[in-house]
Amino acid sequence: MRGWRLERRVSPSAFWSASVTTFSILAALALGGLLMALMDVNPAKAYFEILRGSLGSWYGFGETIVKAIPITLTGLACVLAFRAAIWNIGAEGQLIVGALAATAFVRYSHIENSFGILCGMFAASGIAGGLWGAIPGFLKGKWNVNEIIATLMGNYIALCLMDFLLYGAWKDPMSMGFPMTAPFPPGARLWVFAGRLHAGLFIALVMAVVIHATIGLTQWGFEIRVIGENRKAAWYVGIGIMKNIVLVMFLSGAIAGLCGMSEVAGLHGRLSRGFSVGYGFTGVIVAWLAGLNALLLPFVAFLMGILLVGGDTLQVVMGLPLSSVQIFQGLILFCVLGGDIFRNYRLRRPHVTKRWEAA
Amino acid sequence: MDVLIPILAAAVRSGTPVAYAVMGEILAERSGVMNLGLEGLMLFGAFAGFSATRFTGSPELGLAAAFAAGALVTLIHAFLCVTLGGNQTVSGLALAMFGGGMSAMLGRNHIGETIKGLMPFDFPVLCRIPLIGPVFFRHDVMVYISFLLVFSLSFFIFRTRPGINLRAVGENPRAADAMGISVSRVRYLYTLAGGGLAGLAGGYLSVVYSQMWVEGMTAGRGWIAVALVIFGIWRPLRAMFGCYLFGGIDALQLRMQAAGTSIPAPILLMLPYLMTLGVLVFISIRSKSGILLGAPASLGAPFRREERE
Repeated sequence: MRGWRLERRVSPSAFWSASVTTFSILAALALGGLLMALMDVNPAKAYFEILRGSLGSWYGFGETIVKAIPITLTGLACVLAFRAAIWNIGAEGQLIVGALAATAFVRYSHIENSFGILCGMFAASGIAGGLWGAIPGFLKGKWNVNEIIATLMGNYIALCLMDFLLYGAWKDPMSMGFPMTAPFPPGARLWVFAGRLHAGLFIALVMAVVIHATIGLTQWGFEIRVIGENRKAAWYVGIGIMKNIVLVMFLSGAIAGLCGMSEVAGLHGRLSRGFSVGYGFTGVIVAWLAGLNALLLPFVAFLMGILLVGGDTLQVVMGLPLSSVQIFQGLILFCVLGGDIFRNYRLRRPHVTKRWEAA
Repeated sequence: MDVLIPILAAAVRSGTPVAYAVMGEILAERSGVMNLGLEGLMLFGAFAGFSATRFTGSPELGLAAAFAAGALVTLIHAFLCVTLGGNQTVSGLALAMFGGGMSAMLGRNHIGETIKGLMPFDFPVLCRIPLIGPVFFRHDVMVYISFLLVFSLSFFIFRTRPGINLRAVGENPRAADAMGISVSRVRYLYTLAGGGLAGLAGGYLSVVYSQMWVEGMTAGRGWIAVALVIFGIWRPLRAMFGCYLFGGIDALQLRMQAAGTSIPAPILLMLPYLMTLGVLVFISIRSKSGILLGAPASLGAPFRREERE
């Protein structure tokens, strides 16, 4: 390596950017295959099963979209926060609290009108998730409390809260001991079509456009970006840091909260323990993979959906634990991060004038 | 008193695995490299320790394997963050996922299997001191080593030449570089040592604490360790106090569950996380200036020798 230097590229071309990302993901899949081979799992078979399970049938394709819905929403929650350089790792907790609020609304509101219930669930989940996010946001803005740790603790606390309700007051007496609520009444279900697809898909797509437009076109979006790029500069030009951090975290949490609502009211029709298989964390990855671009996010979420549906298949067909998908998620993140360096830098060997050349 | 002593002793036992991870993270962060992957490293170390103990029958070898496994996986983080200057937050999160996934995959056929690990013994003489003896000196050898580690780390960081170099690299890498210290070598060294200690922390959980392997057995202790580093304002002695505080809450909630209180278990399980959050808020309020007291100035910032800022 002696003599080689990393030299910054002034502006990497779009083609170069795209090919670096593609190559990074391929490298991650290759490394994942190598690791599987080392752990006595046939990588060719595993990758084949992943593709067959997700894209090999209409059912699998639908399932991939079903998984892409929550990932898109949590990913959007992360995009918004990360754009302001606030590390919200708590989408998982926020979506759980959103689902809890939606369920509470169904249980306690006693509204008969379906439209009324759905509007109420929508608002309740958004506000609850938003507040769950706004608390760490407030702590960050006011006392500079590390938001990574605060949001993570929020995840665990939300999980305990859900357990408290599901093993206690909300438990379905007919569930044979499984921690889940009774099924929601039909009026409290989102529109379900084409098998298991549900109206959450449209919430996710509309959100992607709205977030993209908000970040890119509005003055508030600009303020967020300035805070994200250079907090000190934002302060000097008089952008309210405290107000904006709380607001960003509220909105980020609200999107995650909606995700929780869309999962329980759209997909499951009830609140059950483990309804979210780490979507909050997957959101972090897809946000990063999409380059914090909200419009790109649904596509990246779809690709991640392939991996998750494939993970389910691996669990059923090859008996691998569900969390083995995390290996791929980790590897993809590593490789994309490593690839970022090659996106922005080039490896050069500067021409050194040798003594005999100078003479 | 008779009620209190077992709880305090359990607090020390429960705080010890977290303490190893915290000490490792203090080393890494003092050099300017934040490692958020502790949770994954602990899980990976826990499985490595478990499987080496099961294979060799020696808990000592198991713990050594846990340390080695932690350091080995951290190599990825060190390469990405030190050599390539990548984003430490993202790399740390990736490490947490990767370690968790790897441990689940490798341990898929061993869930619930038990091993014979290290046993506690009374530390000669010291165990007979009233109060202090039963609380601190009737444990396994790893608890005693953790006492030694904390005091020697404290001495090392603040009182020795390499310790000063370590702090210089974390505070002002450019100045350290000008003094002839190799920034990347120091960062590699302490990041890997920190990762090793995190692996050892996981190994303690599987080889000594529970003597079995369960998927996801760290239950958030890695993240709590990251928070306790901040609580300890990057000082080993203070951080150790935080670890025992966490251990105390953990021991208390376990005891209350066992005693069959009317408080539901999920609410009790919430306590350690709530305490961590409370402690974090408390320490952040106390440091008024907006910059945390004692945080290494260049924490999280990559160092590229050939670039000027």
